[in-house]
Amino acid sequence: MSNAILEMRNITKTFPGVIALDDVTLVVERGEIHAICGENGAGKSTLMKVLSGVYPFGSYSGDIVFETDVKKYGNIRDSEEDGIVIIHQELALSPHLSIAENIFLGNEIKRFGLIDWNRTNQEAAKLMARVGLQEEPTIAIKDIGVGKQQLVEIAKALSKRVKLLILDEPTAALNDEDSAHLLELLRHLKDQGITSIIISHKLNEIEAIADTTTIIRDGKTIESLHMKQEQVSQERIIRGMVGRDMENRYPDRHPEIGDEILRVENWTAYHPLDTHRLIVDNISMNVKRGEIVGLAGIMGAGRTEFARSLFGHSYGTKISGRVYKNGKEFKAKTVKEAIANGLAYATEDRKRFGLNLIEDVKRNISLASLKEFVRFGLVNGNEEFKKASQYRESMNIKAPSVLSVTGQLSGGNQQKVVLSKWINVNPDVLILDEPTRGIDVGAKYEIYLIIQRLAAEGKGIIVISSELPELLGICDRIYAIAEGRITGEVTRQEATPQKLMTYMTMEKGKN
Amino acid sequence: MTSLSTQSKSFMDSIRARLQGVNLRQNGIFLALIGLVIFFAMTTPSAASLTPTNFSNLVVQNGYILVLAIGMVMVIIAGHIDLSVGSVAAFIGAVAGILAVRPLEQDGWEWLPALPWWGAILGAIVVGGIVGMWQGFWVAYVGIPAFIVTLAGMLLFRGMALLTLQNTNIGPFPDEFRAIGNGFLDKEKGLNATFGFPEEYNLTALVVTLLAVVAVWLAALRQRSGKIKYGQVVEPRVWFYLKNTILTLMVAYVGFQLSQANGIPFTLILLVFLVVIYTTVMNRTPFGRYIYAVGGNLNAAVLSGINVRMVNFWLFVNMGALAALSGVLITARMNSAVPKAGDGFELDAISSVFIGGAAVQGGVGTVTGSIVGGMIQGVLGNGMNLNSVGIDIQMTIKGLVLLLAVAFDVWSKRRK
Repeated sequence: MSNAILEMRNITKTFPGVIALDDVTLVVERGEIHAICGENGAGKSTLMKVLSGVYPFGSYSGDIVFETDVKKYGNIRDSEEDGIVIIHQELALSPHLSIAENIFLGNEIKRFGLIDWNRTNQEAAKLMARVGLQEEPTIAIKDIGVGKQQLVEIAKALSKRVKLLILDEPTAALNDEDSAHLLELLRHLKDQGITSIIISHKLNEIEAIADTTTIIRDGKTIESLHMKQEQVSQERIIRGMVGRDMENRYPDRHPEIGDEILRVENWTAYHPLDTHRLIVDNISMNVKRGEIVGLAGIMGAGRTEFARSLFGHSYGTKISGRVYKNGKEFKAKTVKEAIANGLAYATEDRKRFGLNLIEDVKRNISLASLKEFVRFGLVNGNEEFKKASQYRESMNIKAPSVLSVTGQLSGGNQQKVVLSKWINVNPDVLILDEPTRGIDVGAKYEIYLIIQRLAAEGKGIIVISSELPELLGICDRIYAIAEGRITGEVTRQEATPQKLMTYMTMEKGKN
Repeated sequence: MTSLSTQSKSFMDSIRARLQGVNLRQNGIFLALIGLVIFFAMTTPSAASLTPTNFSNLVVQNGYILVLAIGMVMVIIAGHIDLSVGSVAAFIGAVAGILAVRPLEQDGWEWLPALPWWGAILGAIVVGGIVGMWQGFWVAYVGIPAFIVTLAGMLLFRGMALLTLQNTNIGPFPDEFRAIGNGFLDKEKGLNATFGFPEEYNLTALVVTLLAVVAVWLAALRQRSGKIKYGQVVEPRVWFYLKNTILTLMVAYVGFQLSQANGIPFTLILLVFLVVIYTTVMNRTPFGRYIYAVGGNLNAAVLSGINVRMVNFWLFVNMGALAALSGVLITARMNSAVPKAGDGFELDAISSVFIGGAAVQGGVGTVTGSIVGGMIQGVLGNGMNLNSVGIDIQMTIKGLVLLLAVAFDVWSKRRK
């Protein structure tokens, strides 16, 4: 205990309507590699943002003790001055600048007020050697691979005399070789006395590298496991992450499942820019009338990409595979055709992809089905108003009027607007991508009821979610996806969190 | 003390309640326009700004900018910009010159007979549409930002105007062609003669004005009753009647003034027609709705099944056709197709749109707002001319007006 480099004591952080962190305590020993595990949305990233000053002192309660002193960081610069450096999942590098420039960005080596390029490149080369990056310091970031970019980030951290290095999902975008190299580097840095915190979903990596693992669930610290002494297995971590108690947060389900309504065969898609990268790998699945089917997978597993490529090829290139509705094959290469064939997709990111936030509720609800309101080439605004008002009633959208601006509604009510919009196109199959993300518990329950109601009407529902309890609570059948492939399929009766988490973390060619 | 403050609070609340449903921004610039007119009425020597002829001049001198502003606001709502409209107007003026006049001294066009005036106008607008297709193709299907495409277009079509005119002017134009820029409805007061109406007032102008007033009231009442029938919140009754009374009084006043000059300019009739059509397009057709959707959130529009490329393409075709109409108007008014025509019009049109409340990020704006924005600039320029303010001061003031109008917008949004 006495040798702790960092202690975060009783950290509580709330956002309007949500408690993101609830009395979290984290103790990191000097010179260890400390893993933080938890499901998406458990509060890992929020905790790191509190630590690094992204959420400044005063916006949370509790104490941060770094090297014996209580710290009050107002921004990232403050925490970096103390040697705390965070490397985010989306790398913060400037693609057209050189490696050396990126390493010293914001921290330039100057002589008489001008940048000393010789020393910059020389120092950069030294740092690059420390992280094992064999490139010219003058090469542009965009011309090296993601794995090497990750190393540049670490070199940049070293240039700031880092004491505590925080890596958020560092290997999520890396191939096996780069991942192995990165982990080796972390061990190497540990020997040099640098403490690391690593946030990862890849449990085999954690098992291999971490000295201590802290598990966070629903914004609370569940436990801290000493990996070596306690012989912690992956199963043990999974049990901590998903928890054993399932409260009654889901409505009762009495499904009436009919014939198959949608079948997908050998669906494959590649990354839109990096056209050799396989994102959706030969997925086959089906949905029946009245059935709620879940797609489980960690972030980046390809769930959203699969759904969007299916929905009128709105993601990806070189898409292949077959889709059948009621046993008849159809092709939908545009969103318009997909809608015409009875598909609807409600996005995971309603602010970016779902809603026109500066427009009113009414026009958002009618946008995908505007033709319904058109007579003699003109939209009947009054009928539109009437329909939208009906949805406001039936979906319980809490807005003063359907003429209210959508951006002013709460997350849960915005989500209901998105659902109304897609229900109004009267689809046969509704794909709901993270339908309860960023929504408080009460609104979640309402959304689950709506989903059940739609299934009871004989629609096929596909729910994509990062929250396992949610999938287990509402779905009749669940597919697990990892690295773009379906790695398992379980029925409601067979499904357990452990089983799904095992499928979800399955890696190619290893199991 | 306490009772007083509660009383005044409840009074403020009642005012606030009464103002519910009143669009302050839209009404605000309208009031600014009225304020400006009153200001110049008081400051110009012997109230020259209020003379019948000046009203007439205001309309015909700003008509071609206002036509451009209509197309421009649509482009800006979708999140684009069009810098080429001035050059396109010049190019189309040249095309109209070739079509209507066919200057004999120029080589290469002998095969083309001079078209009747309506054929020339129609042909000019078709060529404008083709110009729009060209720009729309690059923006919508190749994916080059409109700023770049139309910046290139600005040079390209100025060059084409020079090429077409071979560095000379074409003119004069036939009288019918000129009428669209310079003509008046029943200028000879034929209707007065028929009914033996006093010669001081153009009877046709008075009749048309009366019809317009009736039309405004009918449309407003019909819209209001439709909304009430569907249980929608409407503007407070007092405000509704007050607003439309003021509006129709202004229409009547302008019509009355025009009847003492040469009558109603054809340009004004054309403008009213365009405003009605395009307001309908923007508010009540799927195409208009899609423009707002694309500008408001492009990704959401794509995922809602909107063919964004198609929307962008037709947006520029429409802009091209309106720029062509603007080119016809200015050529008709000058009675000559000149290579320098329309210089800087794009900036006036863009200013009109932003003064009229459109947002730089797209998704926001109205046709009527842009027209009022254009009128504010027109009245400002006209009033300063009558007050013999030099061009130096005029430009300074116009620049500040644009900046302050948008700053007010940003400020009022931030307060929310």
